[in-house]
Amino acid sequence: MDPILLYKIILCVIVFAVSLGIAAYMTWGERKIAAVLQDRVGPDRAGPFGLFQPLADGLKMFMKEEMIPGASNKFLFILAPGFFMLTACMTSVVIPWGSGLEINGTVYPMQITDINIGLLYLLGVVSIGVYGIMIGGWASNNKYSLMGALRASSQMISYEVAMGLALIALVMWTGTLSLGEIARQQDAGWANVVYQPLGFLIFLICAFAETNRAPFDLPESESELVGGYHTEYSSMKLGFFLFAEYINMFISSAVLATLYWGGYNFPFQHELGLEGNTLAIIQTVVLFAKILIFIFIFMWVRWTLPRFRYDQLMNLGWKVLLPLAIANIFFTGIGMYLFGKLG
Amino acid sequence: MLTEYAFWFLSFLAVFSALTMVVTKNPVYSVLSLILTFFAIAGHYFLMNAQFLAAVHIIVYAGAIMVLFLYVIMMLNLNKFEDEKKSLFMNSLSVIAGCILGFVLLAVVKRTDELTIVAKASSAEVGLVENLGNALYKDYLLPFEMASVLFLAAMVGAVYLSKKEMV
Amino acid sequence: MPLTNRSEVVQPSELSWSERLYLPAILKGMFITFTHLFKRTPTVKYPEQKRDIAPVYRGQHVLKRDDAGAERCTACGLCAVACPAEAITMESAERNKGEESLYREEKYAKIYEINMLRCIFCGLCEEACPKEAIFLTDRIVPTTFNRGEFIYGKDKLVETLEERIDVSDRQRPEVLKFKEDKKHKHNKTFLDKTTTAKRGH
Repeated sequence: MDPILLYKIILCVIVFAVSLGIAAYMTWGERKIAAVLQDRVGPDRAGPFGLFQPLADGLKMFMKEEMIPGASNKFLFILAPGFFMLTACMTSVVIPWGSGLEINGTVYPMQITDINIGLLYLLGVVSIGVYGIMIGGWASNNKYSLMGALRASSQMISYEVAMGLALIALVMWTGTLSLGEIARQQDAGWANVVYQPLGFLIFLICAFAETNRAPFDLPESESELVGGYHTEYSSMKLGFFLFAEYINMFISSAVLATLYWGGYNFPFQHELGLEGNTLAIIQTVVLFAKILIFIFIFMWVRWTLPRFRYDQLMNLGWKVLLPLAIANIFFTGIGMYLFGKLG
Repeated sequence: MLTEYAFWFLSFLAVFSALTMVVTKNPVYSVLSLILTFFAIAGHYFLMNAQFLAAVHIIVYAGAIMVLFLYVIMMLNLNKFEDEKKSLFMNSLSVIAGCILGFVLLAVVKRTDELTIVAKASSAEVGLVENLGNALYKDYLLPFEMASVLFLAAMVGAVYLSKKEMV
Repeated sequence: MPLTNRSEVVQPSELSWSERLYLPAILKGMFITFTHLFKRTPTVKYPEQKRDIAPVYRGQHVLKRDDAGAERCTACGLCAVACPAEAITMESAERNKGEESLYREEKYAKIYEINMLRCIFCGLCEEACPKEAIFLTDRIVPTTFNRGEFIYGKDKLVETLEERIDVSDRQRPEVLKFKEDKKHKHNKTFLDKTTTAKRGH
């Protein structure tokens, strides 16, 4: 077998396993961080510091009774969580997890595929991610589910616009759509957040909205809509919805770290005197540290800010973030002119 | 070899889902099969090395427009399909219109032989972002900007129509 | 028309530019929650750690025996009368010959039941008792799945000869003094109560 192909398959499996594992432990982290921020202890019964809690939760999800509402559309009802999970996992293929491992003289890049439209692929997958929620909410044949689905779709479409425009400014500055190339550029210069602070802020806010996290968790706002789009779901199908949300969060953090915070690069990495594979492994560790920081920020914000009202959400998306993103593009253009970056 | 299999698979998928979209009675199924059609077509773009077009196709059509379609259908709750009786006049008109469309499509298909040369030339790197950008902003700048002005006009019109109180 | 002149019409003031930006407020909130990362949690992890209980904590009751091991209770019923939740019932019986080591006086409680679901652990039974027979202890009444099991009979209430329950904290001189004064007062209220009850009937 072609060693590159074999390597890619192994990398796929590793990335998939790592995202699932991190998502599982994010449920633990979420509860622990929530607890600590509220001066509580959090889960601590299953294993040391409650570390086996995700296993217990997963087992519980599998053992629970499976309920499918009689008046629901069964095919779509079952399809929806799977689709949501699929779109959540799909994004991880374009993220550069490290610079590259050198084995027997060949350099194996730690990125599953470096397509030259990586950013657009990212936006595309994010934009179809809403179908899982919409189909699930509609197929449940429940008012609250439908309300959640409608909210999710309008919210995602609204924030995709600002997100895309924030990315356009970044693309203008870096001159590429490939995530691998963006990460490599930040090795040579500063991290992109230095040049694109406003773009980063807009992207961060949109990432919160796209992952349906508080303060934008209107699709599943439990105080208004029972459980939102997954009201009727139970057992592992519910687990898929909840799990996919955490995977989305993990991937969003990875994208944020890669696009704006230097990816796997860290300051003075070439002055340490490390070479080759050692450096590559340290870089991967650094990337994961950045991702964990972003995940912490996601959770920190969730347990600090109250939920937006629906009209406030729309106002923020269309009347604040969109003009800001357009202004950001404008300023980026001026900046490129001043720095002589125009070709 | 793999590309050929992919081509046949995607073509079959596109035709099949397009037919499902027309035939099925449930509007939600129609929308979903239309989305599937878009995916198949995006796959075709990929095969033709037009990655940018494929990605934009997914973002714009599957990601935005069809979400709005689905949104409206869910909102209106068109679950129960009511088979309205149409008059003979309307039916005959629709048959004529359909025949004209079919005729046009047939004429287009018949003329594809002349286009084979162009299709071969496009197999290089014509679909990549740089080339597409160069083509749009150098060779076709005026039509491109005209299209954007058209969209702007449409947007202003939509905003005007959606205003409740007429000025 | 305002009823008092203390009322005031509140006008929300216009938000300033920095307030309308919201970001300072958000950052402030984030800072506040962040400081809580470093605060000590007040949680007591119950089965392993137990909170310190006051020496006169009012938990599950005990029916004491005297030093010789005879039950002190004479089934006078003052505790049942004093009980505001009406949780105590009892049935008295006369002591037979040969039972002197079991019961201290001629009359004893054949049945003595406390309904722990009704009991509010106020300790009035303990105050009412003239024979120093019933005390509340620092033991917590365990939960069960069955309502019937919350009615504690003599089997659960009377202390065993092997495991005497120490209530010396409840018999410190000042407590005894307090009870001495209270007894008089309590007897008065007891009389009042019975008269009002009679009148009520």
